[in-house]
Amino acid sequence: MSERILIEGNEAVALALKLIDPDVVAAYPITPATEVVQKFAEYVADGEVVTEFVAVESEHSAMSACIGASTAGGRVMTATSSQGLGLMWEMLYIAASLRRPITMAVANRALSGNINIHCDHSDTMGARDAGWIHLFSENTQEIFDNMIQAVRIAEHPDVRLPVMVCYDGFVISHAREVIESLSKEEVQSFVGKHKASLSLLDLEPKTVGPLDLQDYYFEHKRSQAEAYKAVPGVIEAVGQEFGKAFGRSYAQVEEYNMDGAEVALVALGSTNGTIKDVVDGMNESGKKVGLLKIRAFRPFPAELVRASLSKVKAVGVFDRSMTFGGWGNPLFTEIRSAMYGTSGNGCCCGPCIPILDRVYGLGGREISMAEIEQYADEVLAVAKGEQVELIDYIGVR
Amino acid sequence: MSKIRPDASWKELPEGGIIPEGGTSATFKTGDWRSERPVWNGESCIHCLTCWINCPDSSILVVDQKMTGIDYDHCKGCGICASVCPPKVNAITMVTE
Amino acid sequence: MAQMTEIRWHGRGGQGAKTAAYLLAEAVMGDDAYIQAFPEYGPERMGAPVRAFVRISKTPIRMHCPVLSPDIVVVLDPTLMKAVDVTEGVPEDAVFIINSTEGPAEVRQQLGINTGRVYTVPALKIAMETIKRPIPNTVMLGAFAKATGLLDVDALKERVRAQLGSKLRPDVIQGNMDAIDRAAQEVQEG
Repeated sequence: MSERILIEGNEAVALALKLIDPDVVAAYPITPATEVVQKFAEYVADGEVVTEFVAVESEHSAMSACIGASTAGGRVMTATSSQGLGLMWEMLYIAASLRRPITMAVANRALSGNINIHCDHSDTMGARDAGWIHLFSENTQEIFDNMIQAVRIAEHPDVRLPVMVCYDGFVISHAREVIESLSKEEVQSFVGKHKASLSLLDLEPKTVGPLDLQDYYFEHKRSQAEAYKAVPGVIEAVGQEFGKAFGRSYAQVEEYNMDGAEVALVALGSTNGTIKDVVDGMNESGKKVGLLKIRAFRPFPAELVRASLSKVKAVGVFDRSMTFGGWGNPLFTEIRSAMYGTSGNGCCCGPCIPILDRVYGLGGREISMAEIEQYADEVLAVAKGEQVELIDYIGVR
Repeated sequence: MSKIRPDASWKELPEGGIIPEGGTSATFKTGDWRSERPVWNGESCIHCLTCWINCPDSSILVVDQKMTGIDYDHCKGCGICASVCPPKVNAITMVTE
Repeated sequence: MAQMTEIRWHGRGGQGAKTAAYLLAEAVMGDDAYIQAFPEYGPERMGAPVRAFVRISKTPIRMHCPVLSPDIVVVLDPTLMKAVDVTEGVPEDAVFIINSTEGPAEVRQQLGINTGRVYTVPALKIAMETIKRPIPNTVMLGAFAKATGLLDVDALKERVRAQLGSKLRPDVIQGNMDAIDRAAQEVQEG
């Protein structure tokens, strides 16, 4: 039965890991995800899980061990953040290329330099091309639920790709919130028994990760690209099944007060919660602002985004990371790309909707409701024809 | 698993780029890399198998602990076998292809 | 937005501001309340001014932004009133609960406020006499319960016992129980 508990974000991840009880966890602690590994190590020491816990000497080793354990046929999970994710870099690509269904919790944290331990999305955004599925969490409940769904998504026979469950460092990782927990039986029955697609232990000879040159590499990448087409349907199906089982449904995106909205805000992670409160307040005073929350950033739900944002007159994107020297920042470039049609010639079908980009919250800089409202007002003004900076910042001196 | 053809499209490749069978290097003929070929003289061979131990391409053919010849499909002509053959025996000589 | 109570804790690194915020969160949660409790993580060290926040609501709490205008301010260390602005952003009807050997009138003067409600409790003295250590957080929780009525003193004691029970010796637990009782008795309003 579900139970209301007050729990820190990282502890919620560790609790989900405990209830999933994977075969192998190989992890290296790093702020602000340390408590995930610390708490889970306690569960291992107390015999509450059967998991083989591998205390590795670096994140590169952590992901390497995860890939090895997954290739041996195990259900494998890990957690990291920021520089730790950076150290995993080359192994992230290998995990995805080998189609290893590894699940990883990532407490989003800024990348050095200078050294910063607080939240922004630079770490996972940098890894957005590595081939992982990226699910963002708005609050502690969503991290817990996303971890459990991630196992099903990753291991689905049409998918078999690694998933990272992203949650805002400190904002969520170190805040206590009330969640509805689940029992071990409920989680076990939802995730089911792991069916490995491949095992190095079955004595059938095979080669994993061979040299792959001009002759086959391109075909292998092309075949990998195909795998992502099945992911949206699986994310939606697993999200609905989760809803049927436990009362909380999930999708790739979440529309909030978008019916009749004149403008839309778009964001990732915990800021969505704050935006919802701002949207409520503005709606009450007659301002038609809605929110499109992006839960699945990879694969990017371009068609859903287009369907949703085509209804409004202007869009305001929140970006919590930067692409230095790029034309706009990660979420903005995805949104803009999605808004230019998919027909053969890729032309801008329908009305050309102004889309603004605002970088905010780097290195843990907080964003207030007043700042969000000010941005929403700016987007409303743009919808009425006012000219503003297309790409700009919120909350920087 | 059927053999992966050189002209296979991406749709035909195994998931994750694995090679789902063993011993696939046997299908890759490296014999045409040779500029010199080892020629074995069965009359003088004492079957010490020093060439078999040293051949980097497992191209010395052996049946019941006796050398029976050379696998020219895979021998790259490196000449190690000729060079390790005991001088008094001299059962392998390199000749130009 | 539904009615929500926001609380800001001021302490010094090591005094247990985070623990106090978490204990309060646990104690008020009950069957229906929604809670958010989070410390402010900076480069703090033992003794540095730190803050922790609690939000309490009857509906799910969605916002993840800083508490800028707290309804209740708790100050664990009287010297903080000189070191930081504990009145920052507070509304006119704010409630202050302050660890001080001085009474509410003197504290009002120090803070330069003449609105809202000010409660004082000599938390350090009570802590030394009950817990035998200069850790004022459970004393302040007792004062908080009495001053705000947001939680019952007995419920608080039960929760603190459950929370600290596995970590502390029985005599220290009893000290904490006494600390809460005395705080509830000795807190002054003015």
